[in-house]
Order: sequence, then C-alpha cells, then structure tokens
Amino acid sequence: MNAVPPNSYRQGPDAKGHFGPYGGRYVAETLMPLILDLEAAYGAAKQDQGFLDEMAYFLEYYVGRPSPLYYAERLTEHLGGAKIYFKRDELNHTGAHKINNCLGQVLLAKRMGKTRIIAETGAGQHGVATATICARFGLPCVVYMGAVDMERQKPNVFRMKLLGAEVIPVTSGAHTLKDAMNEAMRDWVANVRDTFYCIGTVAGPHPYPAMVRDFQSVIGIEAKEQLAKAEGRLPDLLVAAIGGGSNAMGLFFPFLDDSSVAMHGVEAAGHGVETEQHAASLTKGTPGILHGNKTYLLQDGDGQIIEAHSISAGLDYPGVGPEHAWLHDLKRVTYVSATDREALDAFQLCAQLEGILPALEPAHALAHVIKIAPTMDADKLIVMNMCGRGDKDIFTVADALKVTL
Amino acid sequence: MSRIAARFASLKAEGRAAFIPFVTAGDPSLDVAREILLGLPKAGADLIELGMPFTDPMADGPAVQAAGLRALKAGATMKTTLQLVRDFRVGDNVTPIVLMGYANPIFAYGVEAFAKDAAAAGVDGMIIVDIPPEEAGEFGPALNKAGIDVIRLSTPTTTDARLPAVLHGAGGFLYYVSITGITGTKDFDPAEVEREVKRIKRQTQLPVGVGFGIKTAEQAAAIARFADAAVVGSAIVARIAPYADGETVKPGCAKDVLDFVKGLSAGVRAARA
Repeated sequence: MNAVPPNSYRQGPDAKGHFGPYGGRYVAETLMPLILDLEAAYGAAKQDQGFLDEMAYFLEYYVGRPSPLYYAERLTEHLGGAKIYFKRDELNHTGAHKINNCLGQVLLAKRMGKTRIIAETGAGQHGVATATICARFGLPCVVYMGAVDMERQKPNVFRMKLLGAEVIPVTSGAHTLKDAMNEAMRDWVANVRDTFYCIGTVAGPHPYPAMVRDFQSVIGIEAKEQLAKAEGRLPDLLVAAIGGGSNAMGLFFPFLDDSSVAMHGVEAAGHGVETEQHAASLTKGTPGILHGNKTYLLQDGDGQIIEAHSISAGLDYPGVGPEHAWLHDLKRVTYVSATDREALDAFQLCAQLEGILPALEPAHALAHVIKIAPTMDADKLIVMNMCGRGDKDIFTVADALKVTL
Repeated sequence: MSRIAARFASLKAEGRAAFIPFVTAGDPSLDVAREILLGLPKAGADLIELGMPFTDPMADGPAVQAAGLRALKAGATMKTTLQLVRDFRVGDNVTPIVLMGYANPIFAYGVEAFAKDAAAAGVDGMIIVDIPPEEAGEFGPALNKAGIDVIRLSTPTTTDARLPAVLHGAGGFLYYVSITGITGTKDFDPAEVEREVKRIKRQTQLPVGVGFGIKTAEQAAAIARFADAAVVGSAIVARIAPYADGETVKPGCAKDVLDFVKGLSAGVRAARA
C-alpha cells in the first residue's frame, strides 16, 4: 500500500493549492475557471492507467529514460570525501530534465482537447523541450522569450524555430524570464478557450507546482531504485540547483519522508548574495505574491519585483516554487548558494575530470558538491542532479573566461 | 451610505450611467498626476479608478503597463499613491476613488495597515486583479473592516454556477470585463456584453460597470445605454505617453488628458438622452 504516513512532507498541497502559507491561485478571474478545469483534468489523468501508460511509453522510447545514475569516480577521488553520483538527466532528449514535464503537460493538453500550446522560456531549454513535444504531437507552439535572453541564447532560438515553434520576443519590463512569464499569462487570458499554458517550473498557480513536481518526480524515483541497486541503501545527501526549482523538486520529492536523507538546494548567488546581483530568492528574498503563487521573491520594500542576476539564464528568476518556500521554512531542505565564479570553476573541473560539460545550472549544484564532499566521510553517498548539458552554454563560458571563439 | 453607493443612487435618479476614467498614480510624474486627478471630476468623472503601479501587471495591456513603469520611474510608491488620494480629498469629498492594482505591493505594505491607511486617505473601493474569490480570505475582511468595498471582477469565463462565489463578499459595484484578454486590446461586441450584464443582474443588486476595451466616446456610450458604468483606462493613459518621452514631462499633458476625458464623459452623458 502507498498510504502516506501522518506528518508526511509529501501530502502538500492542500485542496486549495497551499503548501503551508505558500502557493495558492493568485490569478485574474478570467483564468480562474480554467485553472479549476485544469486541476480536475489533471486529477482524472493521474488516476487513468491509459494516461500513465502513454507517459511511460514516451518517457522510455522518446525521452530515453531511465537516465543513468553514474558514479563520478575521478571527481570523488579528486575531492577526497563522500562518494559522488550524478543523476544524468542531461542525457535526455533535448539535453535537460525539462522534457519530462513538457511531455506530461502536452499529453494532458491533448486529453483536454486544447489545440494550441504556449510556453515561457529563459535560457531556452524549456522552450526547446516544449517545441519538441509539440512537433511530435502536431500542435502549434508559441514561445515567449525576453528580447535580452533571445540575444544571449541565439542557438536555442534557432532550434525552436527549426522545430516549428513561433518565438515571440518580449520587450515589456526588463525583457527577461519574468516578463516572458507575464506575457505568456497575458496570451493565455486572451486565448482561454483553445490554449494550454505549459509552465516550465514548479511555480505558477495551483495545480502547476504540484503537477510539474509530479512529472519531474521520475528523476527521484529512478535515483532511489538505482542507488539501492548500486549501493544497497539510501543516499546521505541530495544536491540540486534551484531556479524555479523543478529539477530539485523532482529529485527531492520521493525522498522527503526518508529522514536520514539530507537535501541541499543551490541557488544562484550571481556576483555574491551580499551584492544586488544575484538570484537567491530563498536566501535573500521575502514572501510575496507573483505569477499566481505566494512564495519567496526578490522585491523592494514597496513590493516591486527586483530583477535577478545569474550567469545561468535558467536560474535568472526572482522567485522560486512555493513547495521550496515551505520546505525552507520547515528546514526539511537546506538552501545554499553558489556564485557565477564558483559555477564556472565547477564547469571546467567537471569537463576535465569526468568528460562531462554540465549546463551552468547544475554547475551551481556541482560547485556546492565541491565545497561539501571533502567535509564528509568516504562512506557517505551524495546524489547530484546533472539536470542539463552544457553545450548551450559554451558561448557564455567562453565570454566569461575571456576566450574568443 | 458609502460614497460609491451614494454616487450610484444619485445617477440612478438622474437616469444615466456613471463614467469612470482610469489613471495611474504617479504617471507621468507625481505633480502632473496630481493635476490630472484633481481635474477629473470637473472633466466629467463620476467615479475614479486609480492604478497602483506594479512592476509585473499580468492582466494589463501595453498602455497600462507603460503607465505603471513611467510612474515607478517617477518615484511612485504605495505611500505617494495614498498621499495623492489625500490631496484629492482636500477639495472633493464626494467623488468615489477606487484603487486598482495587484496583490504584492499591498501584501508588502501589510494588508491591515494598508486597509487602515487607505480608508483614512479617502479610498472607497479596491480592485485587486490577482485576488480571485478563492484567495480573498487574507484581503477581503481586512478591507471591509476598514470600510472599503471589495470590487470583484466577472468575466466572459465566469459561469452562472461560479457567479455566486464571485459575488460573495463583493461590494460597491461589480466590474464586468468585456473581453477575454488584457486591458486595452480586443474590441468587445456590445450585444454580447449586454446579454452578459443582464445575466449578471439576475444574481445581484449591485450596480454593474463594464471595462477592458472601451476606447472611444461612441463605445462608452454604447455601454452606458444598458450598463451602470463605463470604465475607460488604456485610451486615457495612452494620451499621456507622448508627453513623457524623456526625463521631463512636456507642457500641456494634463489639459490634453482632461479634454479627452471630457469627450468620453459627454458620450456617456448623452447615451440615454
């Protein structure tokens, strides 16, 4: 039986979509009936074996799951402490964990009879994954992307176009991810009857945070089984990068009630959390309301949202998923941060020791592993989510290292 | 009787609809915004909807987004917005003021403190776009306790079955959103809006105002023939934009805006004549 024990960390959200004081459905009335429909449709789909079988089929044969759990032997030796495993979600089709969620949402959209998919994207990984799944299922796809991000991530813009998506430059606000999300919600309000909004992270109005977490939980479920096979036990520590927090929720969620498992979420410290140039909303932010949910935000004293900064466009967001906000308050997960510089160093070390170019997002997780693994005994086990590959980031890294290509 | 109820009662006696212009507090500068606000009753405003600037106005189109960013750049804060209302109340104690905005600046101010300060400044109603009935618990009771009406939005997607939830805790008037979309974008169909307003009136005694997408005096008049109020926002704030092109505000802004408002108001006043 899968009975959830009392005091479980895995019972959230409540019927109104709240994780403790966080989450909820802070949307305009036009969207509210849609959100309620979506909640009902998702509730039915996850009980439907046909839907689950279809998900499982495409996860195996199209996405390429399960992703390996890889023992990073040379990194472990180099750091001289805990044994380090990578959960290799960078090997998925399209090169990141994002596609796990896009597959689930687009299959749900089809089930609901929706004929048009919209998405927001920052670095372009979620946009590419959404465009990919839409191409596979023959649905038109519109991706909103900040004009500044389009300039920074030209290869991903071209990939989306090759996949048949329309990429709309967002020039409102600061022209980055939060503005792309505003613009996607504006599109949704204007096209409620036929459009499905595929949100890329564990944020937004209920049921998105729970739904995206569920679709990403395949990461943690697999890791648990794979580590049991390799080591015969649970890990001691899980480490994952946090922007909105979907790869971290996906890894953490299946372990939340295993009290021996520590979890560290790594936020982007940009130029340093003591500066104004970072994206560490849990470390330095305060609770507020944005994009349909209550959570920790980077904001000024008047409740105006402050732009985030990170070398990683995927972590460059001034909020965080509400379940993380709740786990932060409960101290079930420890949230730390890594700077641009530390992520760049980790990126290079991983390339040289393991022959893996990590995306700049998991490079932040790796930077934390580099700090903490040497402080742990050799019989301890760390699982880090290698949630994306770094090919997309080579131009940013070259620029940061002052190399001309 | 509240200022909102008194105003709708007197307009009902006159046999005409209310005209409600929207402007953003602090747009294009704190001083010019004050000049515009103080001039609105004389230009024909029956009630005033005053926007509280926010960096991320999800339900607003380009014109209102730009107005909010101009105001923030000019130094507008929640405190300057309430000061603007206090300045208005020095010379006008009858025209209702409804604040429109998003939850986060209110949450950051502190909901109870804001309700108290807003009521003391002379605010009569609040439209908080991203607080649907499902999330009203934290905001509605505090505002009502301070004597401020919570103005709810009903939209083309709000079904008859859902309407009672929208109306529960609603005060002042009901704001019908004439389009599925953001402010100042699509055009509405007057016949369809009339059917919807009638549908809503079967369930409430509150006056029903209509907004989102009314741009001209003719469109305002078309709405004023059957609705209790017509709201115009984007078309008004769009008049401000060319005056704020740069660091200083070009002269003549307030007069141009108020002249435009007079034309809209005339349309509403003549609608049932």
